[in-house]
Amino acid sequence: MISVDADVIIVGSGAGGGTVARTLAPLARDGLRVLLFEQGPRLDDHEFTGREIEMADALYEDGGGFLTADGTMTLAFGRAYGGSTVVYTGTSLVAPERVIRAWDVPGLTHDDIARRSQVVMEENGVHLLEDADLNENNRLFVTGCARTGLHAEQFPLNLRGCVGSSLCNLGCPNLAKQGTHRVQLPAAERQGVEVVTRAEVLRVEERAVVVRVREKRDGEKGRPSEWRAGEYRVGAGTIVLCGGSIGSSALLLRSGFRDRLPALGQGFTCHPAHILVAEHDHPITNDVGHPKSYFLDRSAEEGYVLETCMYFPFVTAKNLTGFGESHARLMRAFPRLQMILVLAIDHASDGNRIAVDRHGRPVVHYKLARGTIASLVRATRTSARIFFAAGALRVHAPSARPPLLEREDASRIDELVTERHFLPGTISVSAAHLMGGCAMGRDTRDSVTDSWGRVHGIPWLRVADSSLFPDALQINPYVTVMALADRVAEGVREEAGSLVAAARG
Amino acid sequence: MVPDAAALDETAWRDVDTAIAQVLAKRPRAARRQLALLVRILDTLPLFRWGRRFHELGAARRARFLDAMQYSPIPLVRRGVWGLRTLVFLGYYARPDVQTTLGYRANSRGWALRR
Repeated sequence: MISVDADVIIVGSGAGGGTVARTLAPLARDGLRVLLFEQGPRLDDHEFTGREIEMADALYEDGGGFLTADGTMTLAFGRAYGGSTVVYTGTSLVAPERVIRAWDVPGLTHDDIARRSQVVMEENGVHLLEDADLNENNRLFVTGCARTGLHAEQFPLNLRGCVGSSLCNLGCPNLAKQGTHRVQLPAAERQGVEVVTRAEVLRVEERAVVVRVREKRDGEKGRPSEWRAGEYRVGAGTIVLCGGSIGSSALLLRSGFRDRLPALGQGFTCHPAHILVAEHDHPITNDVGHPKSYFLDRSAEEGYVLETCMYFPFVTAKNLTGFGESHARLMRAFPRLQMILVLAIDHASDGNRIAVDRHGRPVVHYKLARGTIASLVRATRTSARIFFAAGALRVHAPSARPPLLEREDASRIDELVTERHFLPGTISVSAAHLMGGCAMGRDTRDSVTDSWGRVHGIPWLRVADSSLFPDALQINPYVTVMALADRVAEGVREEAGSLVAAARG
Repeated sequence: MVPDAAALDETAWRDVDTAIAQVLAKRPRAARRQLALLVRILDTLPLFRWGRRFHELGAARRARFLDAMQYSPIPLVRRGVWGLRTLVFLGYYARPDVQTTLGYRANSRGWALRR
């Protein structure tokens, strides 16, 4: 094993890792060695082709099909230079004050998160799309909401030069989305932060990590690693974990920290979601333009959020229930389809947790609570009303049996869409807002870290990603992840004065 | 599962098989074994109702059987059928020619091609 010395190690390059790298970059400029390890590859700009399977394989863990232990839910998270920020839609919201208050983390205030969020949003060029850039899939949602007495809100988006490819979830082919791969990581590298891709951190040891750097395989996208393939033991004064909810939790679990941190891996939440589809009698612009421009926030009142969305043919086919002619007929109507993503607000519970198998690979145990299913069903009913109010001919509602609701069924939505028909295993449920596992809190009895991401009892180890969330955030999380990561990094930077002095000799 | 797949020629079917095989190759061996077992069970079960294996049934009976299985009271069976159909849909609907036929036109040039 090759030995390497550094001052600060960052594990992961997504919203958390990218922000930590940016905030700690001045340390690198001042002479400290700051290393960032990313498990996935670094893609060149021309490699973002927008082709469904090719890009999913290149950018997502398990091609986007990571399954929970019981196989009833798919979890999507990125694995590339930039992490999940390469594949999200850029929706940029500040954490609700009521949620942060309910988290009740000593020392953490909403004001602090909001202030840091504003900085991040400015840095990422967050703004509202011009009216002319909205497609009909989004406009119909706004119309349907208005006709049902609901108020759709426009998503602030972190885009620069968006031309409306609609391919956000496959990595923007036009470099428009301002993920960490476009903003924070290049800035950090310019100041001296060293990024090593294709580098999987196998375990955390006392002030060190063991990393396996792998070769680029034939036919794989991305550049070769910056380091020669092999196993390395890298020592550092400070280690900051930013591998995401699943990655950071699994890394600490397979490194044997569970005995010291009984809350490790607990409290996993993910905003379980599914895609609803409605057919109109005429083609609409749905596969052009930004796909997710509006949302309806009913999280506080009814436990769900609706978001506009547009998915690719295979993902759409997978998310429709059934098969055969009825399924194929809806697929053939693709140019006439309107889509809504429904997200349920779930809550941290004892059973929903991250574990590792005997090989140290992550295993996510997740059971949909009755309350979560009820939220998904309520969300489906509201969506069906919105679809019909917008003029749809028929609506595909997975929690109805049969799942197709015709226009004449519009008055019977509550009767047809029911929890009784919500069959886990039959209905496609997926999640991309993965949260918890290394929660912030008071002490080891209820959490893994304090409000500065310092792991309880281990002063050289920090966490700075969505695993810090003690409960669901109830909105799209990336801005809050970046705000928290900035806070964690600030703590590291303040304590790094002695390291800088030593480095300067 | 996909009626339109009947129009695929031999080469296209080979591509479908290859796409599915590539996905399966990345799954743990235990998961592949479970899937193989499920396929055998699904092929055998119709014997008890119709006296024929699944692959010997006509299209209508196949559809009825799979429909019953996807709503099975046994969660393991439902999940297995969901996994199978996901693989089939991946093999078919991820094909660029199929996506074009469906009318899916997403392109990196976005609005420039549509206005």
